[in-house]
Amino acid sequence: MAIPTDPTLAGVAAAPPADVAKADVEVALESLSQWQLAWRRFRKHRMAMVGLGFFAFMILVAIFGPIIMPFDPTNIPGTTNPAGYPPSLAHLFGTDTVGRDVFAMVVNGARISVAIGGFSMLIAGFIGVVVGAVAGYFGGWVDNVLMRVVDTFFAIPLLFVILVAAKFFGQGQVISLIVIFGVLSWPLIARLVRAQFLSLREADFVEAARAVGVRDGRITFRHILPNAIGPVIVAMTLIMASNIVLEAFVSYLNFGISANQTSWGNALANAQSALGLGNWWWAFFPGMAIAVTVMSINFVGDGLRDALDPRTRL
Amino acid sequence: MPRIPQTQGDPPPSDILLDVRDLRTHFRVMDGTVPAVDGVSFQVRRGETLGVVGESGCGKSVTALTIMRLIETPPGEIVSGEVWFDGRDVLQLSQDEMLDVRGAEMAMIFQEPMTSLNPVLTVGDQIVEAVVAHKKINHRAALDRAVEMLRLVGIPEAPRRVKQYPHEMSGGMRQRVMIALALSCDPKLLIADEPTTALDVTIQAQILELIRKVQAETGTALLLITHDLGVVAETVQRVVVMYAGKVVETGTVDEVLQDPKHPYTEGLLASIPSKGMRGTRLNVIKGSVPNPFRMPVGCRFHPRCPYAFDPCPDHEPPLDEQGNPERRVACWLHTKPPFGLEHRPRYGTATPLAVEAAGEAVR
Repeated sequence: MAIPTDPTLAGVAAAPPADVAKADVEVALESLSQWQLAWRRFRKHRMAMVGLGFFAFMILVAIFGPIIMPFDPTNIPGTTNPAGYPPSLAHLFGTDTVGRDVFAMVVNGARISVAIGGFSMLIAGFIGVVVGAVAGYFGGWVDNVLMRVVDTFFAIPLLFVILVAAKFFGQGQVISLIVIFGVLSWPLIARLVRAQFLSLREADFVEAARAVGVRDGRITFRHILPNAIGPVIVAMTLIMASNIVLEAFVSYLNFGISANQTSWGNALANAQSALGLGNWWWAFFPGMAIAVTVMSINFVGDGLRDALDPRTRL
Repeated sequence: MPRIPQTQGDPPPSDILLDVRDLRTHFRVMDGTVPAVDGVSFQVRRGETLGVVGESGCGKSVTALTIMRLIETPPGEIVSGEVWFDGRDVLQLSQDEMLDVRGAEMAMIFQEPMTSLNPVLTVGDQIVEAVVAHKKINHRAALDRAVEMLRLVGIPEAPRRVKQYPHEMSGGMRQRVMIALALSCDPKLLIADEPTTALDVTIQAQILELIRKVQAETGTALLLITHDLGVVAETVQRVVVMYAGKVVETGTVDEVLQDPKHPYTEGLLASIPSKGMRGTRLNVIKGSVPNPFRMPVGCRFHPRCPYAFDPCPDHEPPLDEQGNPERRVACWLHTKPPFGLEHRPRYGTATPLAVEAAGEAVR
């Protein structure tokens, strides 16, 4: 940024009234937006940076991994060893009973698992923010109706609904799982956004914006939402992490991704039969992929929580 | 649907910019009804400065928010009254129509500069937003206008400051920005609600000076709300004194401060510490502001009034003229009380002088 670093020079150039200029000198000369400040705080959070690094790596693997290392679950090379081969240089994570490479399975599984976590998070975030914002800003009966819908979502046993929905509407497709998870996890976001809006609606700057004739729509999305978004982003990271776990869980129970596709949950489900044979690697590596990815997302969420809280000072 | 009172009167003469007539804004809450503003009338001429004075909770801010139509309904309700602004009764306008009035024709400065600016937008963005909402100009021209406004309110290096966020500015600087924001569309009326209360004493003087300066330069009328009689003395031409939702005294600033007629105004003036009082106890008005759910019958000030006498607890004094239509007092000491009620001090605390003055005023 082209900002003069010499306060005296800047002061002389504008020739302000003397009394104001004096009080003004110690003000920071670099102008940072809230996001830039948040990024500065985030960078100080070591675990969050490690988490972000690993998460970014996982996304790259999810996008490019299957291209570099294709894995066809139906291509069975045939093997002489019913327990599969343990990790070796040829097969880093070992092979399964029928000789398929577990490393390739984990790399390919990343795409589906991360896609389901990520896109269901976006759906949940979008619905949740819109519903919460409308309920919180307009209040009254609108708020009442929307919040009762949210209450209903919290009242029904979600796990059961997910299993049934995944079986009947999912038919093993990634896209349907994304939609199901997204549609079932927005109420949390909606509640959070509504609570933020209820308090921000009373904020002085909202009243000030009204007093200069700013319209409702602009106040909602330009004035209130950016101030409410911090906790929402944090909650969204948690939803992404929990939806990755959920995918593994649903697929493990054979209610999720169809068996001819690779996800971490499917890899775990397949491994179940082989555990008795002592080939730990088949379950260990997909399991670790889930655990480490979820942990890194949670670390990112933790870092964001601190970074986006305006009360945290540098 | 909130009920809006029908206009009954005729528009005021064109030199009157704002004419508030018998305004009543009540809040219906769980424990009952709070008559926050209960029959308030006053006028502001074009380009004039009017001060509204009173303790916290006397209805000053609610009056201002009602004029701006920023009262949330429910719980608030405009029960009756008319607010004539620039030839029309704004109580009859829809909220959509008010969008074109707020900011463009009347604007407001708030008490808390630290929280009245949006922390995630630059000060320039916020001024541009207001300008673009009301004037048919593009973003670039609006930004130039923002810089010009920041210069007007004495912010140095305006082109750089316009890109800054509120958190990079001090309280006094932010209040300057608020003034720039309020004046950015050349409003005819500027309402300043305790604009200096949250600021340091040294900054207070600067901001008052600035408000006076820009008011004179732009020719906008000013409605200054404050609890500080010192601020009033320095800034305004005429004063309205409010107590418990009602106007108790009006007049020019000299009339009211030099010769207060209402015992409440007298009490307010007496409670300002001065040099000569060193070592003595500070004068205070006895008692406290009445419970809004149970307003006293009769004169609302009578339980605290040292001069209260027979008519006060039962009969509400009218806001009567004292010599000219703009010098008014609502007190039985200055108005002939209802027949049969004598001028006797009721609580025995009145000074003989005051009773004598009271007798004279009535005669």
